[in-house]
Amino acid sequence: MSDTTQTGPMRAADGTPLKTSLARALRRQKLRALMLIAPLLIFVLVTFIAPIADMLFRSVENQIVSETLPNTVRALKDWDPKSEASPDEPVFAALAVDFQVAAEQKIHTKLGSRLNYEDPGISSLFRKTGRGADDIGKEFMGRFTDADKAWKDGETWAALMGSDAWLEKQAEWAAAKEDGAREPRFAPRSEAADALPLTADAYRTFARDTQATGRKGVPDTKPWPALFTALAQDLATASPEALAAVGGPSAGLLAPAATAVAGFEPFSYKETFVGIDKDWDKVSNWETIRLYSGNYTPGYFLNAVDLEKGVDGVQTRPEQQRIYLKLFWRTMWMSMLITFCCLLLGYPVAWLLANLRASTANVLMILVLLPFWTSLLVRTSAWKVLLQQQGVINDILVWLGLVDDANRLVMINNQFGTIVAMTHILLPFMILPLYSVMRTIPPSYLRAAKSLGATNWTAFWRVYFPQSVPGIGAGAILCFILAIGYYITPELVGGTQGVFISNRIAFHISSSLNWGLAAALGSILLGAVLLLYYVYDKIVGIDNVKLG
Amino acid sequence: MNVTKTLLATTALTFAAGAASALDLTLVSWGGAYQTSQLKAYAEPYMAEHPDVNIIWDESSAEAVAKLRAMNEAGNITWDLVDVTVSDSIRLCDEGLAREIDFDTELAPAPDGTPASEDFGATLNNDCFVPQIVYSTTFGYRTDLVGDTPPTSVCDIFDLEKFPGKRSLQKRPIDNVEWALFCDGVAKEEIYNVLSTDEGQAQAFAKLDTIKDQVVWWTAGAETPQLLADGEVVMGSTFNGRLFSAIAEQNQPIGMLWDMQSYDLDGWIVPAGLSEEKEAAVMDFLKFATDTQRLADQAKYISYGPARASSAPLVGQHADLGIDMAPHMPTDPANATNPHIYDYSWWADNRDDLDAKFQAWLAQ
Repeated sequence: MSDTTQTGPMRAADGTPLKTSLARALRRQKLRALMLIAPLLIFVLVTFIAPIADMLFRSVENQIVSETLPNTVRALKDWDPKSEASPDEPVFAALAVDFQVAAEQKIHTKLGSRLNYEDPGISSLFRKTGRGADDIGKEFMGRFTDADKAWKDGETWAALMGSDAWLEKQAEWAAAKEDGAREPRFAPRSEAADALPLTADAYRTFARDTQATGRKGVPDTKPWPALFTALAQDLATASPEALAAVGGPSAGLLAPAATAVAGFEPFSYKETFVGIDKDWDKVSNWETIRLYSGNYTPGYFLNAVDLEKGVDGVQTRPEQQRIYLKLFWRTMWMSMLITFCCLLLGYPVAWLLANLRASTANVLMILVLLPFWTSLLVRTSAWKVLLQQQGVINDILVWLGLVDDANRLVMINNQFGTIVAMTHILLPFMILPLYSVMRTIPPSYLRAAKSLGATNWTAFWRVYFPQSVPGIGAGAILCFILAIGYYITPELVGGTQGVFISNRIAFHISSSLNWGLAAALGSILLGAVLLLYYVYDKIVGIDNVKLG
Repeated sequence: MNVTKTLLATTALTFAAGAASALDLTLVSWGGAYQTSQLKAYAEPYMAEHPDVNIIWDESSAEAVAKLRAMNEAGNITWDLVDVTVSDSIRLCDEGLAREIDFDTELAPAPDGTPASEDFGATLNNDCFVPQIVYSTTFGYRTDLVGDTPPTSVCDIFDLEKFPGKRSLQKRPIDNVEWALFCDGVAKEEIYNVLSTDEGQAQAFAKLDTIKDQVVWWTAGAETPQLLADGEVVMGSTFNGRLFSAIAEQNQPIGMLWDMQSYDLDGWIVPAGLSEEKEAAVMDFLKFATDTQRLADQAKYISYGPARASSAPLVGQHADLGIDMAPHMPTDPANATNPHIYDYSWWADNRDDLDAKFQAWLAQ
């Protein structure tokens, strides 16, 4: 077939080098294999990995501040928190616009609860201000309509802020009034956006909000009071040339309005806000807004390890608020202890299962599996009945005279309770991998060791035990990982000293709604498990783990 | 032939049933006796009047806030009406997860024409929350384990000499810190001012420290009645309705201590973002279920006070036991001699902060 005198690389029938051709064939095979597992892979990615990644990402996400108060955040850059005085008029002017726009969309309370995690009291400050903020806009609305009645009309505003093309399409839509036809998407007039930046931003939000929720067209909707506040601020600073450049049907109103604004009575935004709630004058509130104005924050992670962001950088939290490091540490050592208890109790049981006659072993196996099929809550409650001070075990001890009736043992609502109940619950997860490994160890090895003169102990320790290590590894990893994530059992029998970090994660997910902190705590826990897994792999070797 | 007929008939029936239950409403509540009282007082009469509406129950109120937020983010709201406590309703309203309600136009007025907002009066807290019941967190004690002089004041909880033994308290700062300050000599109207300072909080924890090793902390309302029945604790706090059923329905040797009972409210919120059809149906049910008669009817099944002033005179007897319910209501004048009104907005602001401190204190 091939020419033995050929010196170049071996070639396939079509002339390509054999190596390339082989690699191509292998690649095709791999692709085919990948396509076979693709449905499962995509399923796992979409339903498992992606949601977890999304949840964990919340631990650094913080766009809410800069999205809700964009102008305020920008204006705050010039404020020095060390000056020990609350910011000046420009910040409050920006806040007036941002806050009214946010309150119209009802998102100011959401930001309030976000910032309240960092500084208690902000939530009610925002809620209270939300009720009073549009008084500012109404004040300006009055001033503008005094100057010209046309400002009251939504149409005036639409003509001023909307692009000519949009106005035309909008008019067609309004004239046709077809059922189900949506209003054409709002497009801003570019020269107006240049001349009146604040107003243009506020108007765009107004138009989007109206189109998303309202059943009326944008020009038929009453303009938000916030728009008047923004317009007053824009007109006070806009250059006459920029104003003159604005075209459209409402352009003629701008120059008189600018003159009117110049004649407005002075208005103090700061005084108004402090009048609504004096907490706006508090430096600490502004510090919080400034510290958490970035799009991403390390705040949740710092909080998760008992640190906090201060004006001078990272600092430890006050003594009476430090809790998480203690809980992480407790979760780790108690989980290890529980895993060890499982091993201690599970090893002999697994040995019996593997070495008894099949019929006896089956009965024993059912006994192991039976609690496995019983509800977790039932098993935990059963431990309560057994362990409590007026419970079965204490009663027996008192009856036997081992314990004095006045000094019954405290065995529940503490760490002992958690360890006992969780060891019992996790025991099958240790026994089953051990059993499946032990079944594969031929009994003849032990007999051979003994016939060669080993004592019972040497035969076990030198011959049998090393062969069961893969089962121990699998059981221990399973028990440990399950243990550090448990929260129902510790919550019910752990009292105050026997609860885990997962109890706090559950609390932040379901009651405090501080999902960022919960995600940070979860990420740290996940990182710790991966690290331990890595260490385990280095020391024992993950290839030595066998589930069967 | 017969088989075919039966099959045809069954199919026809199924279709008929399908057509009849055109609209499913999913109501979320707390399960147990409380949900049963809602079923009997609101849902069954409503379904009798509206055969086209089918009410489905979900027992997830304990996780309502988190689940509603998740549903909102996923853009798929599967609940139509949710029973929550006031503090949860504040969170939901703040997050924009609950629909705002115009009480006077969307709820039924009192029989004498008083608008709903006046009839509900002080029980209204925020724009999203329609109150149903007033309940209280209060104390029960074992009549046979407290000696000849039963406790009469909430401060007996802190008196280990007169009443030795364990007591159970809820594993959260709310109520406990207020009781601690009150028993440490702080005037009732000063409690929240004192609590707003770090020293005041330290004072409350110091008072709780005096009984810390004698406290069993509970998280579920059923725990204290169970602990009392087992003799594990001599006294403990829980919701008054739980104590009522332990005393009146199960005849346990338990007595009520109403002093400084902490009033709280439970009620409905409508999730934001329902379809127009669903929203209309839910609002119709809500109007029915929160009218004067329905709220009074609920008191037949559980010892919680109706939230409407006009319902109070209509409260009658227990549906099965036939005893008068009025003396078992937290709002009954004999019981309400020294109630504690807890400040929702203060707690909305400080709950997370105090909770962190409380947990750190527990872990010490």
